[in-house]
Amino acid sequence: MRLRPAADAGAVSVPASPALARRPGKRRAAWRRRRLVLLLMSPWIVGFTVFFGYPLVMSVYLSFTHYDLLSSPRWIGTANYRYLFHDDPQVWTAVKNTLWYIAVAVPLQVLFAFGIALMLARARRGVGIFRTIFYLPALAPPVAATLGFVYILNPATGPVNVLLGHLGVQGPLWFHDPHWSKPALVALTVWGVGNTMVIFLAAVLDVPRHLYESAELDGAGVFSRLRWVTLPSISPVILFAVVFNVIQGLQYFTQAYVAAGVAAGQASQAADVTAVNLGYPQDSTLFYPVLLYQHGFTDFQMGYASAMSVLLLVVSFAITLVIVLNSRRWVYQAAPR
Amino acid sequence: MSAVTAPVALVRRRPPASVRRKRFLLAVANHSLLIAAAVAFLAPFIFILLTSLMTNNQALSTSLWPHPIRWSNFYDVFTKAPFWRWALNTLQYSVLATIGLVLSSVPVAYALARLRWRGRQVSFLIVLIALMLPPQVTVVPLYVMWAKLHLVGTLWPVILPNWFGDAFSIFLLRQFFLTIPEEYLDAARVDGCGELRIVATVVTRLAKPAIAAVALFSFLYTFNDFFLPLLYTGENPHHWVLSLGLSEFRSLHQVQWNLTMAATLLVMAPVIVLFFLAQRAFVEGVTLTGVKG
Repeated sequence: MRLRPAADAGAVSVPASPALARRPGKRRAAWRRRRLVLLLMSPWIVGFTVFFGYPLVMSVYLSFTHYDLLSSPRWIGTANYRYLFHDDPQVWTAVKNTLWYIAVAVPLQVLFAFGIALMLARARRGVGIFRTIFYLPALAPPVAATLGFVYILNPATGPVNVLLGHLGVQGPLWFHDPHWSKPALVALTVWGVGNTMVIFLAAVLDVPRHLYESAELDGAGVFSRLRWVTLPSISPVILFAVVFNVIQGLQYFTQAYVAAGVAAGQASQAADVTAVNLGYPQDSTLFYPVLLYQHGFTDFQMGYASAMSVLLLVVSFAITLVIVLNSRRWVYQAAPR
Repeated sequence: MSAVTAPVALVRRRPPASVRRKRFLLAVANHSLLIAAAVAFLAPFIFILLTSLMTNNQALSTSLWPHPIRWSNFYDVFTKAPFWRWALNTLQYSVLATIGLVLSSVPVAYALARLRWRGRQVSFLIVLIALMLPPQVTVVPLYVMWAKLHLVGTLWPVILPNWFGDAFSIFLLRQFFLTIPEEYLDAARVDGCGELRIVATVVTRLAKPAIAAVALFSFLYTFNDFFLPLLYTGENPHHWVLSLGLSEFRSLHQVQWNLTMAATLLVMAPVIVLFFLAQRAFVEGVTLTGVKG
């Protein structure tokens, strides 16, 4: 890259021949173009460096140190990772909870989004109203939606258990029972499936009609048309939804944090809803990001929290890679035209 | 072509009664399922609304219908908690972040979509990777950085990063910029318009729907954001936003469920109202990210 284009151009201000004169002009245009790109890209160059590049490198560095924000970081080698893999009594619980949540919530999200999209695509009347109703919960702010669910699933007087009681069923304790707190959170997630549903609906409506017609002529029933026409056609969108929702699942924090805090506060009537209640009841809602938050920002073990975040990065990357590579087997690719 | 289709149209008869009956029954089944699912999806909203109109004793009883209806709950919310302050803080966060995000993301997206330069593909790939990265991965060093700048406890750590391009917005805008016909840009170039002016005028005008979608998503994101405001302002109630205030609402004031549900509804309301006002921008934005992406 030339550093001083102006001086360079001045040196050949008296062109000897037209052929020679064109080159500096071209070079100057190229330089101006590069400057333009740099100028347009500058917000992102700064943003990426300061908010992604620097913290990524620092995370890796801090993960090998002991750091409490007060004194400067002290190098301790791989001690954080050894504690993370061998000694931390809570990490395994948090990993299991997160994997449980992803394994249950993601298939349910895809199933519900697909089912609702199919029904909407077949509906003759009221499509607009139905679509709005299914989309609205996705809009509800997570904190507000969580508070609503904690009330609705209130064991003694919540509407769901009251209605179940009328049916003669004894409702579970939901957010107060370690076996039911995660299912309750999954219900909240499925309720907010609207975004995925909208994308599925667009994909289902995009399937060419003639494919269905020729399948019908070949004697395919409703289910084989679904299996052999609809599913392959929308498989790229399913892949997108799976990857997106798995990534969301790895970051699952807000709902778990708020639900545990509010439910625990309700149980103890204590005014303080903080670290003590993370994971309530009995660590059943202690997801990996919640534990990371606890170590980093209530205990201020910055080095250890960095080690946790590095592990999260590696795992997110690996899972995404596995899904995408695996997808070649089941995602239908249209023949190149 | 028409010579072939015309006879086919003639051949197509009314399907026999048995087929028609089957189709009708299928449609009925489909609509019943849809209605059942819609009721289930609406029910939480309805229970929240009903509870927000109850007296405290009723909210703690098994009754589902408010009697008498207490509209004053919505008034009481404002006296029990600094709701206006939270709303103002949220507005400050939303507006400042959204303006910065649009102004900084448009030029980046334009350079990635419409200019040819070495390293463009790599740069776009980096945007995609940044998009996938969990925020927890970078949060510790960033917290340390803001702490050293003495900005922990204020909203600046959540606002400022938006002024330097946002990966999701850059991605969405780029997808839209790719669809702008080259002729429009060339016409401007022939008229002696520099690239900067093209971005500022022609592109901005043509990309209005995409910019509206980006601004809308940014508003929604900031309005709903909980993790980062909790991290940076959790210890300083003066700077709490609505989502944070709402999460502490019950425990802070030992407030009853009826008021909590009223507050919940008040926090949901702006988003839902906005959705009905800007439905088209929403749908366009969602499809732009999902289907064409």
